[in-house]
Amino acid sequence: MEAFLQFFNDYTLRNVLLGTAWIGVVSGSLGTFAFLRRQSLLGDVISHATLPGVVLAFLVWQRREIGVLMIGAAGTGLLATALIQVVDTRTNIKRDGAMGVALAVFFGIGVLLLSMIQNLPTASQAGLDKFIFGQAAALVQSDVTVLLAAGGVVLAALLLLWRELKIVTFDPDFARAAGFRVTVLEGGVVTLIVVATVMGLQTVGVILMSAMLIAPAAAARQWTDRLSIMVLVAALVGGTSGAAGAVVSAFGPQIPTGPVVVLVLTALVLVSLFLGRKRGLVWRWHRQRRSRKLADPDTVLGALGALEAAHAGTVRGHPKAVVRMAVGQSAQVGQALAALRQAGLADEHDGDWSLTERGRSEAGRRARDQGG
Amino acid sequence: MSSLEFEILVTAMTVSAACAVPGAYLVLRQMSMVADAISHTVLLGIVLAFLVVPLYGHPLMVFGASVMGVVTVLGIDLLKRTGLVREDAAIGITFPALFSLGVLLISLLARDAHLDEHMVFQGDLVYSVFQRLELADRGYGPMTLWKMAGIFLLNGALALRFHRELKIATFDPVLAATLGISPSLVHFGLVLMTSVTAVGAFDSVGSILVIGFMVVPPVTARLLTDSLARYLGLSILLGCASSLGGFWIARTVNGSVGGSISLVMGAMFVAVLLASPRRGLVADWRRRRRQRVEFAVRMLVIHLFQHRTLGPRTEENHAGHLEVHLGWSAEFSRRITELAEVRGLISRVDTHWLGLTSVGERQAEQALAG
Amino acid sequence: MQTMPPALEVNDLTVAYRDKPVLWDVDLQVPTGVLMAVVGPNGAGKTTLIKSVMGLMQAAAGSVQVFGEPAGRQQVRRIGYVPQRTSVDWDFPTSVRDVVAMGRYNRGGLWRRTDRRDAERVARALATVDMEDLADRQINELSGGQQQRVFLARALVQDADLYLMDEPFQGVDAVTEQSMVSVLRRLQEQGRTVLAVHHDLRTAPVYFDWVALLNVRLIASGPMAAAFSECNLQETFGGLAPAWANPPATTAA
Repeated sequence: MEAFLQFFNDYTLRNVLLGTAWIGVVSGSLGTFAFLRRQSLLGDVISHATLPGVVLAFLVWQRREIGVLMIGAAGTGLLATALIQVVDTRTNIKRDGAMGVALAVFFGIGVLLLSMIQNLPTASQAGLDKFIFGQAAALVQSDVTVLLAAGGVVLAALLLLWRELKIVTFDPDFARAAGFRVTVLEGGVVTLIVVATVMGLQTVGVILMSAMLIAPAAAARQWTDRLSIMVLVAALVGGTSGAAGAVVSAFGPQIPTGPVVVLVLTALVLVSLFLGRKRGLVWRWHRQRRSRKLADPDTVLGALGALEAAHAGTVRGHPKAVVRMAVGQSAQVGQALAALRQAGLADEHDGDWSLTERGRSEAGRRARDQGG
Repeated sequence: MSSLEFEILVTAMTVSAACAVPGAYLVLRQMSMVADAISHTVLLGIVLAFLVVPLYGHPLMVFGASVMGVVTVLGIDLLKRTGLVREDAAIGITFPALFSLGVLLISLLARDAHLDEHMVFQGDLVYSVFQRLELADRGYGPMTLWKMAGIFLLNGALALRFHRELKIATFDPVLAATLGISPSLVHFGLVLMTSVTAVGAFDSVGSILVIGFMVVPPVTARLLTDSLARYLGLSILLGCASSLGGFWIARTVNGSVGGSISLVMGAMFVAVLLASPRRGLVADWRRRRRQRVEFAVRMLVIHLFQHRTLGPRTEENHAGHLEVHLGWSAEFSRRITELAEVRGLISRVDTHWLGLTSVGERQAEQALAG
Repeated sequence: MQTMPPALEVNDLTVAYRDKPVLWDVDLQVPTGVLMAVVGPNGAGKTTLIKSVMGLMQAAAGSVQVFGEPAGRQQVRRIGYVPQRTSVDWDFPTSVRDVVAMGRYNRGGLWRRTDRRDAERVARALATVDMEDLADRQINELSGGQQQRVFLARALVQDADLYLMDEPFQGVDAVTEQSMVSVLRRLQEQGRTVLAVHHDLRTAPVYFDWVALLNVRLIASGPMAAAFSECNLQETFGGLAPAWANPPATTAA
């Protein structure tokens, strides 16, 4: 307990916690749009493609403040998306191929640059390779300030353009027909996604940042049918996972933050898939079972009556399976038939069920009642 | 070039060739991002297999680790089939989770020289050749080379043996099913081949760069040819050529060999993207421009044909009105009119009004008939 | 007094995919206040015609005028648009009311939110298409016909003078189709103009009073009685002209 309190009093750790939670909030909100636009893997490409930008920015300015590195990262991230766009629209190459090429080539160049920096005698590349998996402990006060500012801009843009983003995501053709500048807005969405991705590089790392965009949205989608609530839930999920990752990785120096965050996120996604309101798998199974619930004796009586009326004089009885089909779906009719037999309304011979005299008149009376 | 350097180069080329075979089919089947997922998640397979069989590079371990690729694809499929998330999100959720598990296990459990974070994302071709294959106290060169050569031969043999199945299952799954070829068997066979290759290439190029080796050469080859056989050959060839160029760059700048090869692959792709004689952007731009002119001539002929009943001197066939009606610039209108005149499709009724020649009329009729 | 310009005037519209023509030199006039059906076989360019009028597709040549003015960002706001139902993802997290409200999103600047007047307008449109009971339903719970009615309501709140509809009756049951037709009639009574892609030759002369027969080029257009002739249909559909199509003379509408 004391260690716990100390943790929150620790100035550095408070920074780390605030920073990672904030990154989760921003990427979760924005990732919702990537998720709905079916661009989940674009985030993956962008985050891998930021690596050369980070290293180049470091080489050019010889500094490793997060703001500086973010500029480089955003540069190559946007370049990669532009490459995908050109290849996708102008050649016979499919979009997935274009994405694979962009991801691999940019990341490879990043690896090359990183290996060259490590060979430089003077440069202290200290911690630049932490960008691969992220190390939240490296966050300092000034980094957090930059993150707060960048995230604030992203969220402000999101609020300001809420209706535009919504309509462009749902129905781009209608949006264009209604006079919206769809191309500009779509470019804007991608730019915002790039900024959100870049924000998380230092703490979550280039490889796993894409999950930070997509997983919160995937979890949130299971809980609500409203876009606004979905964005809020995604922000909450992202923030929680970010904070949890920071706390866990703070306890062990060799635990990278990114993987912890992703595993917390994955757990939340799985919980949401199973328990999510209305859509959740557990409810779905439950509903399926309930629809297979016990049929009540009255219904079975009616069904049996109808069967006998239809096949009057031709057969002596009907097997259970036929009764079940007559009742509908996959209802369990066994108990109901047993109850009818006990009440003296139905009887069984060699597995075939038929109504007794009393049962037949009872069924006939009910059919008349219902028919009015 | 020292013999060590030569070995590195040959190993790099072998890795490229081995990766290009499954890669070519992955690109055709639009599974590039699935390859990305597999290349990430084999890491977990390697870590788990390493815990069971602590012999790096042992065939049993390679195969065990490769199962993770199949698990990944099954996981993606399962997620997709819940109907709760779409395929892109299913991929984007599955592989980071498995990859994270792998990374965490590495940092917590297996503090081994072969399994540090550095290895994970870039591998090390230079380092990998230090592992020698030794039998009865005789050295037979780097182990990785033998391993990747084996995988290449295996991939090649499988691709040749099942060429027909792969081809039909890729282009017409329904036909494949009626011919008794199971599309899903082909699918998972390819997934397994991809995983084995990714695991095999792990120590030389790492878990992530390998996707470049698989995807970039085939995508580049696709821009150069439409023939399947040539496409496959070209994929391997481009991979090997990139390795050669990449090796040279790495030696010059003293940097990562895998990264340099990726750079060369990227450069090659961009060069082909721009200059490919049939599919390149420059050729495409030229063709579009030519098509625009050709199309405009046909359009002019049809325009005059459609309005021929209005009489010889109406607004519709006034040379000056083409700009208004067709939305062309004055310059473009003049160019197209002149071209159509030179070709004998139109003639001038007088200076301002245009009419169709009999040749032009016939052409218009043909064009409208389909 | 000057004669009123037509609601829509298309001149020499040519649209091509690469060098393959989709529309060849189409001239079309849609007078104000008519209900016009665009009829033609598959691949005739019906959707392309609608989309290029809306500026969603680039034309190789030609001009489009809406109420006498060149179609541009401003003029496009006088058009209400009903796209094909299958053009969007119906699993999007939003309600029926929300989708209909999108028809008002282009009014006002960045800061404007949906106000009471918008809300009333949306409620009225929902009532017009008989969807007020489902207003707060999530859109993935709708049937095809209900989805089509949502799109119609969204176009209604656009308060347009000209409506372009791409297969508005696709996947709609007979009862819904009748009620949608009466909505179109009401639009006409209010002096608005409707141009709709329609694929059912039997109902075209019943629902619409003008027609455009299209097969890459425009075969004929004009009042139903004049343009919807056996001969024109034959030319539009080629040898495949469905014999069961009712020529207008025999239609009791």
